[in-house]
Amino acid sequence: MTLSLRNLSVSYGDVVAISGVDLEIKQGTTLTVLGASGSGKSTLLRAVAGLEPSCGEILWGDESLHRLPTHRRGVGFVFQDHALFPQRNVLENVRFGLETPRYNRIDAAKRASALLDRVGLAGFEERHTHELSGGELQRVALARALAPAPRVLLLDEPYGALDRELRERLMLDVREILHESGVTVIHVTHDHDEAFALGEQVAILDAGRISQCAPPSEVWANPCDLRTARFLGHTSSLHAKRISAGSSSELNLATALGDFAIPHENGNTHGSFDAEYWVTWRPESLRAVSLRAEPQKGETQKGETPRQSERTSLRISGTTIECLFRHGEYLLSLETAAGRVEGISTESVSRGQRLDLDLNLSEVHAYVS
Amino acid sequence: MDRHRPALTLARRVSLSAAAVFFAVFFLWPISTVIARGVFVDGALDLSPLTKLLSNSGLRRIIVFTFLQASISTLGALVLGVPGAYAFSRIAFRGRAAVLAILTLPFVLPTVVVGSAFVALLGENGPLGGLHLNGSLAAIVLAQICFNYAVVVRSVGSQWAHIDHSAVNASRTLGAGPARTWLRVTLPSIKSSIVSSALIVFLFCFTSFGLILILGGPRTSTIETEIYRATMQSLDLRTAAALSILQILVVGGVILGGMRFGRVDGRSPRWRPSQTGLLKLNNKRALALTLNLLVVALLVGAPLGVLVVRSFTDSGGLGLSWYRSLGQLGSTGLAETPLKALSNSLTFAAVATLIAVPLGLIIALAVTVKSGRSRSARVMEGAVMLPLGVSAVTLGLGYLLTLDTPPLDLRTSWWLIPIAQAIVATPFVVRIAVPIIASTDQRLRDAAALLGARPSRVWRSVDLPVIRSAIATGAGFAFAISLGEFGATAFIVRPDTTTLPIAIYRLLGRPGEANFGAAMASAVLLMGATAAILLLLDRDSLGSRS
Repeated sequence: MTLSLRNLSVSYGDVVAISGVDLEIKQGTTLTVLGASGSGKSTLLRAVAGLEPSCGEILWGDESLHRLPTHRRGVGFVFQDHALFPQRNVLENVRFGLETPRYNRIDAAKRASALLDRVGLAGFEERHTHELSGGELQRVALARALAPAPRVLLLDEPYGALDRELRERLMLDVREILHESGVTVIHVTHDHDEAFALGEQVAILDAGRISQCAPPSEVWANPCDLRTARFLGHTSSLHAKRISAGSSSELNLATALGDFAIPHENGNTHGSFDAEYWVTWRPESLRAVSLRAEPQKGETQKGETPRQSERTSLRISGTTIECLFRHGEYLLSLETAAGRVEGISTESVSRGQRLDLDLNLSEVHAYVS
Repeated sequence: MDRHRPALTLARRVSLSAAAVFFAVFFLWPISTVIARGVFVDGALDLSPLTKLLSNSGLRRIIVFTFLQASISTLGALVLGVPGAYAFSRIAFRGRAAVLAILTLPFVLPTVVVGSAFVALLGENGPLGGLHLNGSLAAIVLAQICFNYAVVVRSVGSQWAHIDHSAVNASRTLGAGPARTWLRVTLPSIKSSIVSSALIVFLFCFTSFGLILILGGPRTSTIETEIYRATMQSLDLRTAAALSILQILVVGGVILGGMRFGRVDGRSPRWRPSQTGLLKLNNKRALALTLNLLVVALLVGAPLGVLVVRSFTDSGGLGLSWYRSLGQLGSTGLAETPLKALSNSLTFAAVATLIAVPLGLIIALAVTVKSGRSRSARVMEGAVMLPLGVSAVTLGLGYLLTLDTPPLDLRTSWWLIPIAQAIVATPFVVRIAVPIIASTDQRLRDAAALLGARPSRVWRSVDLPVIRSAIATGAGFAFAISLGEFGATAFIVRPDTTTLPIAIYRLLGRPGEANFGAAMASAVLLMGATAAILLLLDRDSLGSRS
C-alpha cells in the first residue's frame, strides 16, 4: 500500500498555501517534510487530515481518502502542543479513540495502558494533564494518536516546543515506536537535523510547493535548485559562465576566481554555451590551507591552461571579515575577488588577515540562473 | 461537517431573532419611551424638562450631589483598594483565599443587604449610632466604598499579580530605588486597571440607588433616588424622564471616555489569583498586610457582623424572635409576610434565570462563532450590553411608562418582575459565557475528529462540557442578581407580589423595634440565600475546571 498525494492544493481566498503537491509514501515508512516557517507545512498536514478543505486527491492504495470526513480517514495527528483534552486524565485521553463499539471498555483500557507503557509512561494513567512535563505530554499525545491504530500518522513539529536534550531522546524513542507499529508517517519540521535523521524520504517544501523529494543522503548531496541549495546550507554563491560544452562528465565554468570544472552530476547541463550559472557551496567545502604549509605556486594564475579535468580543488585567496568558532572549527566570512563567501578553518584567524583556501570542486554545485 | 451548517445557521437565526424581539420589546421600547417623554411634549419637541434640570436650584443641587458622592466614594475606594490589591495579590499568607472571599462578599450581595448592614452599624441603637452618621454623606460614602472595595482590589490585584516582575528586578539592578521603581515601572504597568476600575466604581456609585435610598436622608437625594421620588410621589414623569436622559448621557459618556483608556468591563466575576511568584512575608510586608486586614475587618466585617448579631438580638438578649416574626404580618404594614416575600423572590429569580440564561447563551454563542462573526451578531452583542449603561431605575421607569397600557398590559401581571430582572441579568450572563465559550480550543475539536469521533461526539466531548460550565456559572450569577434586584423592581412591584429586597426597604422605613428586627433577619436571610447560590456556583465551576 502507498499513501499518495496527487496535485494537492489549499488556498485561502487569493492566498495559495500549498499548491500541486505530489508525494508518495510507502506503507510503514516515514516521510519528513522540511520547510521554513510559513512554507505551508502545517497546512499540508491539515489537508491530509481533512481539517482543511483542499483540491486534488489523497489515496491510500486505491481508496480515496479525500472525500471522507476527518473522523473516517483513519489518520492520526500529533500536534506541536499536544492538544490533550483538559477534562480527561492521561488514560482517558489515550482511550478516547477507542471508545467505539469496536472495543469494549476492558480491551480499550488494556490497549491504552499498553501504549502508555510503550511510550514510557506506565503508571501515569490517573494523572491529570496539567501535572505533566512537556515531554510527557507529547508522549501521551503520541500514545493517544496511535491507540486507534491509524494507517497514517501525521506529526506536526512534535518536538518543536521541547529543549534540545529532551528532543533528541524523544526523537529516538519515537522513531523506534513508529517503526514497530508499522504506521505510515508524514512528519513536518523546520529542523534540518530532525528531517534528515528521521525520514526514509525527505521532501523540501518551499513556498507551498515540493521542490525535491528523495532519500536524505541524496537531498543533502544534490539540492535540486538554487533556493533549495541555499535552504540546505549553501551559504556561498558566485556568478559563473559556462565556457565549453566540454566532456560529458564535466561542466566547465568561468568565474571571477578562475576557471574550473565540476562533476556533471553537480550541475544541470541544460544551459548552453555561455549560459549564466550560480555556483554554490557549503562552508565545509572551502577549507583554509594550513597557515604553516608552503603555498603551492601557480595553480590559480591565469593564462595557464592546466588540465582542468584533473583538478579536484580550486585555490582561492581572500581577506577575513569575520571568524566564528562553531562545532569545533572556525567559520570564516571572507572577501574575495568574487565577493563575500564562507569557508572553514581549523585555526583561529584574525580579522583582516589574508589567507588561501581550497574549494573542494566535487562538492560544488552549479545552477542555471 | 459542512452539511450540518445550514441547519445550525437556521437554528441560530431563529433563536437570534427571538432574542432580538425580546430585547426590542422589553428594553428598547421602554427606554426610548422614557427618552421621548423627556424631549417631546404633546408630540412636539420641547426641551424644557431638560433645561429645568439646570435652572431649578433643587434639581441642580441633586445633580451636583450625585457627582460629589460618586467622586468621593471612588477616590476612597482607590485609596483603600490599591494597597489592598498589593497586600492580597502579591503577599503569600495563609487564609488568602478566605480573605479574598470575605472582601468580595459585599460586592456580590444585594445592595439592600449592604444598606441594611450599614443602618445596623450606624443607625440608632447601632454600635456607632452615637456618631450620628445615619443619613449623611459620610454614611453613603462608607457604604459605597464597602460595596466597591472588591472591584479595585480584584481588578488591580489581578493585573499586579501578572505584571512582568523581572522588569521590577531589572529596574532595581539599574540603580532605581524602591520608590522610583514603583513610580516608573510598577505603577505604569497597573495604571490601566486602576483607571478602568475607577471608572467602573464611579459608574456604580453614580447609578447607586438602593444604598442611597436606605442610608440617605432628605439632603442626600441623587439623580436615581430623585427619579424614583418624582415618579412615585410627585408623579412628575417629565422630570423623571429628563433625569433618566441625563443619567444615560453621563454613563454613556464615562463608558466612551473610558474606552480610550482601556476596557470598562463591568463585573469580572471570574478572577483567578496567581499562586506563583508571591512575595514571602517579612516584617514590612506583615505590617502592610495587617493594616489591610484591618481595613477589611472594619469596612466589611464590622457592618455585616453587626447585621448578623442584631438580627439575633432582641430586647431580651440573644434569640430567634425576629426570625420567628417573619411569618407574621404584625405591624409591618406589608401586604405579605417577609417569608412570602422570600418565596416570591426565589420564584421570580428562578423565572428570570430561566429567561436570562438561554437568552445570554444564544447571544454568547452567536458572538463567538468563529467563522462569519456576522454583523447582526455584533450588533446584538453591543445591544445586549446597553442595559449596563442604563440604570435599573431608568429601566423601571420605562416599564412603568410602556408596559401598563395596551397593547402590552403586563403591569398587573407578576411576569413583569422576572422579565425586568432577566434584562438586568442577561448582560452578565453574556459577559460570563463569552470568554468560557471562546476558550474552547479548536484543536481539541480537531483532535477528537482525528481520533474517529463523529461531529455529534465531538460536540458532546469538547463543546458541551464547556457550555455546561458556562450555563452553571451564568445561571448562578443570573439567579443572585435577580434575587437582589432592587432598582427596577421598586417601580413595578405590587403589594401582593413584593420581593424580599423591597420588603426589607419597607420594613426599614417603618417605626418600631419589631419592624427593624424583621428587616435585620430578612437581610440575613437574603444574604444567606445569595451566599448559598454563589457557593454552589463556585463548586460547580471548580468541578468543571479541573
